[in-house]
Amino acid sequence: MTKKTEEKIFKILMILSTSIILFSLILIIVSILIKGLPVLSVEMLTEVPQGGYYFGKGGGILNAIVGSLYLSTGATILAFLIALPVSLFMNIYLIKKKRLLNTIRYLLDLLWGVPSIVYGAFGFTIMVYFGLKTSLLAGIITVALLIIPIMIRAMDEVFKTVPRGLIEASFSLGSTKSETAFKVFLKQVVPSVVTAVLLSFGRAIGDAASILFTTGYTDHIPTSLLEPTATLPLAVFFQLSSPIPEVQNRAYASALVLIVIILIISILSRIVANRNKLKKLNIKNAVNKRFIYYKNIRQNYIQSMKNRKYNKDIK
Amino acid sequence: MTISFNRYFKDKFSSGWMLVCLILVMTIPLLIGIGLFLKSTLLLDNYSLVNLLFSKIWKPLDGKFGFYPFIISSVCVTFMAILIAAPICLLSAIYLTQYAKKYLLKIMHPVIDILSGIPSVVYGVCGVLIIVPFISNIAPVFGKQTPGYSILAGAIVLSIMITPFILNILIEIFQNIPDELKEISLSLGATKWETIKFVLIKKASPGIISSIGLGISRAFGETMAVLMVVGNVAKIPNSVFDPGYPLPALIANNYGEMLSIPMYDSALMFAALVLFGVVLFFNIISRLTITKLEIY
Repeated sequence: MTKKTEEKIFKILMILSTSIILFSLILIIVSILIKGLPVLSVEMLTEVPQGGYYFGKGGGILNAIVGSLYLSTGATILAFLIALPVSLFMNIYLIKKKRLLNTIRYLLDLLWGVPSIVYGAFGFTIMVYFGLKTSLLAGIITVALLIIPIMIRAMDEVFKTVPRGLIEASFSLGSTKSETAFKVFLKQVVPSVVTAVLLSFGRAIGDAASILFTTGYTDHIPTSLLEPTATLPLAVFFQLSSPIPEVQNRAYASALVLIVIILIISILSRIVANRNKLKKLNIKNAVNKRFIYYKNIRQNYIQSMKNRKYNKDIK
Repeated sequence: MTISFNRYFKDKFSSGWMLVCLILVMTIPLLIGIGLFLKSTLLLDNYSLVNLLFSKIWKPLDGKFGFYPFIISSVCVTFMAILIAAPICLLSAIYLTQYAKKYLLKIMHPVIDILSGIPSVVYGVCGVLIIVPFISNIAPVFGKQTPGYSILAGAIVLSIMITPFILNILIEIFQNIPDELKEISLSLGATKWETIKFVLIKKASPGIISSIGLGISRAFGETMAVLMVVGNVAKIPNSVFDPGYPLPALIANNYGEMLSIPMYDSALMFAALVLFGVVLFFNIISRLTITKLEIY
């Protein structure tokens, strides 16, 4: 009897904790919606801050939205240029060196765990070292450093699942390693690469601690890489710390914009990932079919050899 | 077999490019460590390490750099966040993998993804909106008056932030436990709950510990959300309703003014180095335990 009650109590606790998690997500989104939606207006989305914006006068956060998009697009492109070759290298060149591969993955996971404020401090040090001022470029470099490990690991996880046979087939047809990587391997994994890129883009657009030092903040939309730029997370942060309630309300609206962008990215990557699953299945099926086909040929051959021998013996 | 010069050159070139990128990425942690260390040497030359870590007075303008209040705040916030998040995640992971119908797990996966994708600033906003007023209302019950910006608020916000992270690992760990183990235990007459309690949790315990370790490292370095709700008073907190001032918040709050004083700049970089070291330490330990489990 006591066994049963113990199980029941724990089951209730389990359901409770699962619903707490669900509930907290709903609470976050709903509270931002309730607070942000009434303040959100077309003006906010399409105008840059005007004089006295931070005292509750007219204007919007277009500078932050555009700045954030610039920053995360730049960082994603820069990170992609480094992450793609690394993950291809890991999965094609190093595929036989299991130990080395595991060490690299381990290091990447460690890098993933480094808090973004440390990247921020580091980016700031580099910036000072090279004599850069707070600028879009410095922000892009810092955020790229932050998302490179995320991107590599996300790609790597999917690259791992591509059947070895594909690479071997490509090698056996005489292609070089880099041709295999870019012309054969990459074509199979395009959707997952897109997912990885979207995932890192979402990370890049939401991070505030790393750009606090490096991008600065202005009311203008930047026109070159060397200008400072406003970003959405920092817009939320600065507006919320204002004592004026109207400006605080705008912080909620900015948070709503940020969360909507993140949700769109998340949904997009989910759609791409689902299509990817179908494709993966196809690859597997194709390889399996090919394999069965060759197996049959081989068996037929062996069988015929046996028959021949048998016939000879009879003769 | 020979290949044309063009193809050969292309192959060499792109292979070289890949290798360079790999080496570049691999040196990042080293660069971060060295960069921060070089920056903080100025501080370390002038003060002893023990003095820095255990001195309680923080007056950068007078040249007094005691990191003790910040470290204590960081440890308090992190510890409490884990205390809240770990049981919830563990129970939830067991429920989702052992009891719940499959569709619930399918619902939870996007929920976890979205929770982990929400930017920390948004968590901070929610903390200011919901948790801070909640705590200022609840504090009088315990005989304290507080505006709500406190260690407890930081811990609650943090616990929600690290939940998806821990839960994800735990679900994976529980799913990777071979079914035979469960079946053997059930066939020996144990009930489902006994199987979970004595077999599954025992088998998963290294994984559970390392997931908590990873959660700690994530919580320790979290900046914006904590910064927004924790109050930021450089004093050793006496109770959970007191404001605190964790290390990341210290760095983030003072980035503007530090440039004028080299020693101050150096002190903040030292804080970043400490943060980096602690996070790396927890990460290394927990990842090592997890790789021993051979799940990754």
